[in-house]
Parts: sequence; C-alpha cells; structure tokens
Amino acid sequence: MSEKKIRVLVAKPGLDGHDRGAKVIARALRDAGMEVIYTGLRQTPEMIAAAALQEDVDAVGVSILSGAHNTLCPRIVELLRDEGLDDCLVLVGGIVPQEDILKLKQGGVAEVFLPGTSTEDIVKFLRENVKPRE
Amino acid sequence: MAETKEFASPVETEIERWNRETLEPALKKHPETKKRFESVSLDEVNRLYTPADVGDQDFARDVSFPGEFPYTRGIHATGYRGKMWTMRQFAGFSTPEDTNARFKYLLAEGQTGLSVAYDLPTLMGYDADSPLSEGEVGKCGVAVSSLADMEVLFDSIPLERVTVSQTINAPASVLLAMYLVVAEKQGADWQKVSGTLQNDILKEYIAQKEWIYPIRPAMKLVTDTFQFCTEHVPRYNPVSVSGYHIREAGSTAIQELAFTLRDGLEYVEWGVNAGLDVDEFVPRISFFFNAHNDFFEEVAKYRAARRIWARQMRNRFGDQSERTLQLRFHTQTAGVSLTVQQPLNNIVRVAIQALAGVLGGTQSLHTDAYDEALALPTDRAALIALRTQQIIAEESGVANTVDPLGGSYFVEALTEKMERSALDYFEKIDGMGGMVSAIERGFPQREIQDSAYQYQKAVERGEQVIVGVNKYEMENEPAGVPILVIDESVRGHQLERLQRTRDHRDAGAVANALDKLKRAAENDENTVPATIEAVRAYATLGEICSALRDVYGVYEEPAF
Repeated sequence: MSEKKIRVLVAKPGLDGHDRGAKVIARALRDAGMEVIYTGLRQTPEMIAAAALQEDVDAVGVSILSGAHNTLCPRIVELLRDEGLDDCLVLVGGIVPQEDILKLKQGGVAEVFLPGTSTEDIVKFLRENVKPRE
Repeated sequence: MAETKEFASPVETEIERWNRETLEPALKKHPETKKRFESVSLDEVNRLYTPADVGDQDFARDVSFPGEFPYTRGIHATGYRGKMWTMRQFAGFSTPEDTNARFKYLLAEGQTGLSVAYDLPTLMGYDADSPLSEGEVGKCGVAVSSLADMEVLFDSIPLERVTVSQTINAPASVLLAMYLVVAEKQGADWQKVSGTLQNDILKEYIAQKEWIYPIRPAMKLVTDTFQFCTEHVPRYNPVSVSGYHIREAGSTAIQELAFTLRDGLEYVEWGVNAGLDVDEFVPRISFFFNAHNDFFEEVAKYRAARRIWARQMRNRFGDQSERTLQLRFHTQTAGVSLTVQQPLNNIVRVAIQALAGVLGGTQSLHTDAYDEALALPTDRAALIALRTQQIIAEESGVANTVDPLGGSYFVEALTEKMERSALDYFEKIDGMGGMVSAIERGFPQREIQDSAYQYQKAVERGEQVIVGVNKYEMENEPAGVPILVIDESVRGHQLERLQRTRDHRDAGAVANALDKLKRAAENDENTVPATIEAVRAYATLGEICSALRDVYGVYEEPAF
C-alpha cells in the first residue's frame, strides 16, 4: 500500500518580498517527494488559512523575515483552528529572536527554523510530525 | 635580445616542467584535500595561475591605467590617495525620531554620508495606518508616511552638505519629492543638493520583489526622475542600479554582474528613448554591488564591472564623455552570509568582504553589523561595523596604492572570465528583446532561483563550509548578543502624527494635487512636478501611490 504524500503549503505573509528561503524550501520538499503549494507573496493570514483549507494540507510553512511574526503567526494558527484544521502543523522559518520562539510555540506553532537550518532537518521534522491520515 | 635568451622558453614549456619535476612528486607525497576547489559561486578555481592564463590580455587595451579607459584599475588616477571611499552605513528603524538620533550618532563617530532604510509599508507605498501595515511599522526600517515624518527624519541634518542615499524603489519618486521639499524648507539650493535614490525597479521584479505597478509604467516613473533630476537637481544620482539584492536572492557573482549591468543598459535605453542626452544623465547613474565571501571572485567582479560598462556604453551608444563611461559604485557586505550561530564571527566575515570592496575600488561602502542575522543592529554593533571600515582605511595600508591586485595572474584571469561570462548573458538577454522582456519571461528570476538551490545543496553536502553552521558547530554557544527590539508602540506613535497631519492640512489642496497627479500619469507627462506638489500639500505616501495605482494598476507576479 502506497503511503499518502505529505501536502505542504509554503506561505509568505506580510509585505516582505524576500522569497529565497520560501522557494528553496518548496523545492527541497518537492524533491523529498512531498506535494507543495506555494502561495506567492503578500498573503494575509486569512488568505493563507483559506488556501490551507482548500488545498487540504498537512502542514503550513510560514516564511517570515520582516519581524512581523508576533502579529502574523498567531493569527494564522488561530484561523486554521477556526477552520477546523486542528492537525495541520504550522512551521515558521526566518529571522525570529530567541524570546519570541517560545511565545510562538506556546501559541501553537509546531517549530521555528532559524537561518542555517538544513532542508533535510525540515523534511525529517515533517515526516516525524505530520499525523498519518486515512 | 641575447641577455633575455635564458628566459625565452615559452611559459607552457615551463609549466610542463614544473608539473613533472615539482608538482607530481608533491601530489604523490601530499594529495590535495579535495578533487575540486570551488568559489562560493560554485565555480571551479585552478591550482595555480600563470602568465599562460592571461596570454591574450593586452595591458593597454584591457588593463591600462587608473582613470583611463576601460577603467579596469579604477576611475580615479589616484585611487583612495586623493579621496577615501565614503563610509555610508545603511540605517533606519522605528520612528523618524529614533532614526534621526542614529544618524547623528553615526555622523558624530566619523561616518561621512547617510543611507536611509525604510520600513516595509513605506517600501510598498502604504501608510502606517493601512491594515496591511499591521505588525510591520518601523520594523525593517524607519516609518515614513508623509512629509511630516520626513521633516523629523532630517531635522538638523543639512541636506545641502550631507549626501543621503535612500533605499526606496517602487515609490521612489514620492520619497525623492519629500527629500527635495525638506531640503527646500531648510533653505538648500536644489542645484547643490546631492544624494542617491535607489530607484532600481528592474531588480525588484528580478530579486527583491517589492513592486507596486506593472513593470512598464514603473519604468516610466524611473525615467521621469531621470528627466526631472537632470534639469532641476543636477548633482543628484536618480538611480543606483543594484546587484546587491540579486546576489542576496541567491545568484552567483557572474549573474549579479551580468544582470545588474544589463539593467543599467536598459535604463540608459529608456532614458534615450525619452529624449535624454546620454552625456547629460548617464554620469549620474550609479551602481551598487554585494561583497560576498569569496575574496578574489569579488575583486574580479568589480574590476570586470568597470571594464564591461565602459566598453558596452561605447559600443552601444557611441563615443561618450569620460564620466559616462566611468562606472561608480557602492558596496555592501553580504547580509546573507551572516550567521545566527556564533554571531561575533560575523565581524570577521564583514571585514574580509569589506576589504574585497576596497581592493575592487568601491566609491562608498556599508559594512553590516554582526547582529544582522538576528535583528536590526544595536548602537554597539553598528559602531563596530563603522570601525571596521576605519581600520581598513587608516591602519591596513591597503589604500596607499591604486588597484594593488592588478597584474595578479589569478585576478586578471578571473576578471576576464567574469567579463566573458557576463557578455554571454547579455547575448541571451538581448536575444529576448532586452531586460524588461527577459524579466517578463522570468529568465533572470529562474536563473537566480536555480543558483540559490544549488548553493543550499552544496552547503548541505558540506562542500561549502559555513563556520559555526555546518562545521565547528557548538552545542552550547556562549551567551547570545543583545538585540534591538522594535515594539508595537512605534505604530501608535506614527498613527498619531499621521492623524495630526491629516487633520491640519488643506483637504481641498490635497484632492486637487492628487487629481493633477493622476492626469499627469494618464497623459504620459512627467509625474515628478505633480508628485512634489502633492507632497507639499501633505498628501500621504499611501494616497499618492494609490492615485498612481488607479491609473497604472498593480503588478501580479506570474508563477515561475
């Protein structure tokens, strides 16, 4: 029986246009056999939650470098839960100060990946933490 | 001739002899540590460079003297002996009050020019009170929504004497207008005001992606600023053609060089098509390059840039004045090379990168602060970055002689390779109908994405070493460094001033000015005079950009 492919939404919220990280991650996850949907730039939390629901993803990877993570990430988690996507993992990648990492995790973010993270570590994290589905 | 006979054996024969007699035994005894040695751009670097690698080079034609065509060795005959490079640290955060204080601190510590970083709402043409600005006000730079903010930003900084560089692109003409109105209120003469507007919209579509309007109207706005400045602010540089962001997005050194210079040629073409005289506006076009980790590759890149520009300008646009052929550039060390891990190591990276910029003959330099992979720099980190430049300038001795690496077999061979490879890209881009068309097809974007991915893979395989990240990692790093935190009160402060501005201005004058701007845009007239009028009436950045959005529409990036 073939295992269902992990589906990931790579999302870029806020006004920032630096998408190098988002695009490298999207390609690395694809190369690792996952199905990846990239939202494009400047998505509001509402747009990201709607895309996650529509695409029925297992995880949302939020790329954010602008310092707006404390405003945007908790909002994304909240909207996903409102949509009933309770098992959908939210991962954050970008420039996030240490003190904020704890706050984000308490707010429902599964993991925060800082600059220098290997894409293999992110693949591994997703494989270990995405809940298997029927 | 007789006395030179003993040296007459061709270099190739000598190389063969060296291979046989010295190299082979050495390799047998001590094999090299890697099969392939590569630069940070993943280009192969040879074991040794000799006269054979620069055999085709003609000194007078290709290298020549500083201050002379093709300017490989620099645009000034005396290098830094006549004038040191401008130490221009990019700064901006929080409120205009806070950034104004940072500017004064940097000037007091010996910095010689200013460079403004704006926050994301400003870069995208939104006011601080736009819902889209939530969480972003004052975070990545200073928040500016109207002339009232700009007046505070440059309070007690004489714009007739201090040159200011503004990193602003999609809404550049609006920030130029604000700058000129503040200068005017200070009593400065526009004929004497100098400074630089980044205003390089092409690289936004290619790399940094902070755009507003579709590409062709956006190019029209850039051309408007060329025309306006040529006539009214002749000492101002209305564009800084930037490879910096192209490199940060993951390009190789060659791609940075090729795409940036081809962008530059595109601006010249648009200016000429708008009726400008090459010698009148091209001397005010400046460039901006990255300084990445690979020292020699970077030095060769800057040397090649000058040579390519001089030759291309002459080939494409005919005989021009010296100033038109001379490429002037700013350099910034590579933000992307800084690590969160063991952040103090970044001080060393920055010093090496800055040295490459200096040996490449940069006109001005920004050195990154060691804490920039974590947040915007603290005062302390910003000061060390400035001191790094001062140490290079005044202690190391590298500024004593002009182009000290000229004549190095390696550097000259690499300079030639850079030039050849850039010209290959030019040929492809010209074949697509120019840079605007190439961007519309996604060509440079895809090339860069590909390089970024290859680099990431090389890092993960351990072939590209990043100290503290994939080698010499520490389980327990020494205590972290203090970082600058911008809290949400900044937005409240900015909203208050914005509200006051809206309450106290003449609403009729604002509406009229915005109407006039729209008409200028619709009728394809120069938009800068109407923008200045709107700014004078305290129309906000968001209002002005929104008026232009109504006329031009907005850019949607296709999927690549």
